[in-house]
Amino acid sequence: MARAATTKSASNNSGATKKPAAKRTSRTARSATATKAMPSKDELIGYYRGMLVIRRFEEKAGQLYGMGLIGGFCHLYIGQEAVVVGMQAAIGEGDTVVTSYRDHGHMLACGMEARGVMAELTGRIGGYSKGKGGSMHMFSREKNFYGGHGIVGAQVPIGTGLGFNHRYRKTDRVSLTYLGDGAVNQGQVYESFNMAALWKLPVIFIIENNKYAMGTSQHRAAAGPSLAQRGHAYGIPGEEVDGMDVLAVKAAGEKAVKHCREGKGPFILEMKTYRYRGHSMSDPAKYRTKEEVNKMRQEHDPIDTLRRLVLDQGVDEDTLKKVDREVKDLITDAADFAQQSPEPDVEELWTDVLVEAH
Amino acid sequence: MPTPILMPALSPTMTEGNLAKWMVKEGDTVSAGDVIAEIETDKATMEVEAVDEGTVGKIVVSEGSEGVQVNAVIAYLLEEGESAGDIPSDRGDAPAAQVEPQPTASAASPAPAASADPGSPLATATKVPEDIDEDRFFKETTRQTVREALRDAMAEEMRGDEEVFLMGEEVAEYQGAYKVTQGLLDEFGADRVIDTPITEHGFAGLAVGAAFGKLKPIVEFMTFNFAMQAIDQIINSAAKTLYMSGGQMGCPIVFRGPNGAAARVAAQHSQCYASWYAHCPGLKVIAPWSAADAKGLLKAAIRDPNPVIFLENEVLYGQSFDVPTDPDFVLPIGKAKVVRAGKDVTITAFSIMVGKALEAADKLAEEGIEAEVIDLRTIRPLDIQTIVRSVEKTNRLVTVEEGWAYSGIGSEIASQVMEIAFDHLDAPVGRVAGADVPMPYAANLEKLALPQVENIAAAAKAACYRA
Repeated sequence: MARAATTKSASNNSGATKKPAAKRTSRTARSATATKAMPSKDELIGYYRGMLVIRRFEEKAGQLYGMGLIGGFCHLYIGQEAVVVGMQAAIGEGDTVVTSYRDHGHMLACGMEARGVMAELTGRIGGYSKGKGGSMHMFSREKNFYGGHGIVGAQVPIGTGLGFNHRYRKTDRVSLTYLGDGAVNQGQVYESFNMAALWKLPVIFIIENNKYAMGTSQHRAAAGPSLAQRGHAYGIPGEEVDGMDVLAVKAAGEKAVKHCREGKGPFILEMKTYRYRGHSMSDPAKYRTKEEVNKMRQEHDPIDTLRRLVLDQGVDEDTLKKVDREVKDLITDAADFAQQSPEPDVEELWTDVLVEAH
Repeated sequence: MPTPILMPALSPTMTEGNLAKWMVKEGDTVSAGDVIAEIETDKATMEVEAVDEGTVGKIVVSEGSEGVQVNAVIAYLLEEGESAGDIPSDRGDAPAAQVEPQPTASAASPAPAASADPGSPLATATKVPEDIDEDRFFKETTRQTVREALRDAMAEEMRGDEEVFLMGEEVAEYQGAYKVTQGLLDEFGADRVIDTPITEHGFAGLAVGAAFGKLKPIVEFMTFNFAMQAIDQIINSAAKTLYMSGGQMGCPIVFRGPNGAAARVAAQHSQCYASWYAHCPGLKVIAPWSAADAKGLLKAAIRDPNPVIFLENEVLYGQSFDVPTDPDFVLPIGKAKVVRAGKDVTITAFSIMVGKALEAADKLAEEGIEAEVIDLRTIRPLDIQTIVRSVEKTNRLVTVEEGWAYSGIGSEIASQVMEIAFDHLDAPVGRVAGADVPMPYAANLEKLALPQVENIAAAAKAACYRA
């Protein structure tokens, strides 16, 4: 069974938005120029599970924030789950990931433990950064996740450097470098595009366009017809992708990964996505209407869409209910752990400032 | 047991709010993500979403209630098989107690060492390595310029470690804007000696990313003035990430290039950044004077697993010194050096000012004042022990730096000596520093803006109460 990859070339479709939801959620196979074999049932269930883990994790994080257990800034990923789960399905062992501060979903998709991420949010020793980084600053070398960076756009040269690292070591690994529609107006993004293209570095710049840079909509901040075209001057190919459709993301990701592994240099993917919650916890989101949010949730939700598809593929409801229960238990366990793990010892104040030994 | 729904906090500072509106009523079923209520604070109105699925069993706090405390139970949610009868009758019951918001570990523990140990606020800035016998390296030496010594340091480290590479503007084909990288492209090739576009913020960040991947970049800034374009990556990414990652993500990188005033290039190209970088935990800052120190410390900086700021000086590039020929020659970061012994007054200096301080010491000797001159070599961590040991002998201290006095290196040294060796001081600490103005272009004004030998000698005499 074939399925269309709902990506399109930015150079051909200036500023075009996605096809209507009804088409994307169509239960029949469609043909298109780029086609992709339907993943196996197990794979589909895996994506469903991956997205649901993020959704439930973030809901729980929002709840713990409301209880005062999580402090400071907390940027939730709810609504954007298909982007990281789809991209993660397109890469392999040793490929690296870096993003900005809306990072919980990326970490979970990379295989980092929900317990460790949640415990970092509560500022406990069991967190990935021993409670010293918080929501925006977590890392896992083991899972090839390089942060978690709090300054808008700063992760883009860093991700380009990770691509440089892959190339320097003569591997065919790629660097997934995520940025938002707000970061695309930072100068260092273009400094990175230039070097990545100049040196043909294996970097996929994934622009998660959730339409609002904090409270400023894309049309009030970004000139030009399409963010996917922002690499055009450097000769970097770019595509717009339906970021609410995990299979479209995966197909686009595979194409970009192949391009990078073949030594053709960087690739830009503009993921058209949406965040349901405010920019951070204290954002009442008055810059958009409730109707707009509700329409996205009801008609474009990536988890609901995939759930219908999975059922269509002949998976029974009970199987998914079992997944739902497992995910709920996983998150409950993570939340318990995050509350029970102690705060860091006061001695931790002084550690990790410098690497002491050579 | 029914799940209590608590009054949420919208921000870390919120303690209470108004329950503006219920979007559900008792008996309604909800699933995770459904909006169940709206709450208000003086700043905003926010929606409360259900986190679990279930039936609204009881609404405890009615619509329109004001001043509802954060974490108070506002409703109960029933799971499958539960009924309203299972809801506890007492609102002050167990559920709220279970979610005690702030653990008390820090409150119950003693305050961080700061109050107990006055030295600890500087704990990460003043760690000094063990003494080594530097003299043994100087049995066989060769005469070299600072420029040649720096190049040799890089070449030797690149020969020894494939993970070391060099990038910057004009470092490869042009052979270095100041010819420091001469010959490196020929020896190591374009994969390891990399000409960048003029894009400081970008290549500094790229190199930080490469260092997170465990490569060991040497980043040359054509001058440190241009590193201001890149300072976010240096401070926020290179210096802080080890801490923010709980020790996982080290950044073995060297940022090097000429610092401070050259000659007649005016304000934007003539500035000392020593105190800017020395301010920041997570960095090491080195500013050598002699060619031997330039070589021994640059090798150490490249081997160091931390981000190192290596401040050179354009005027010094062409000056020659004796440099050890021993291939194992390397110096420890964080050790100052007494470059002239004396008993009457201590003068600290770094980089080009060491030469000026030595000249001043010669003049002072003619007047019967024996100055001890200390080359700091490393600015962070600061070798305060060597300074204090000298002050214990001379009881007088003058600091010299090319940069501005305000919040400068001299201010830091004066503070530390006051804290540690107050009783040994027989005179106020004197600071000789650049004039508190942007660097002027006119030759006469430029000279006035920079510390001169006479200024240093005068400050030393003042510290000795000699006119």
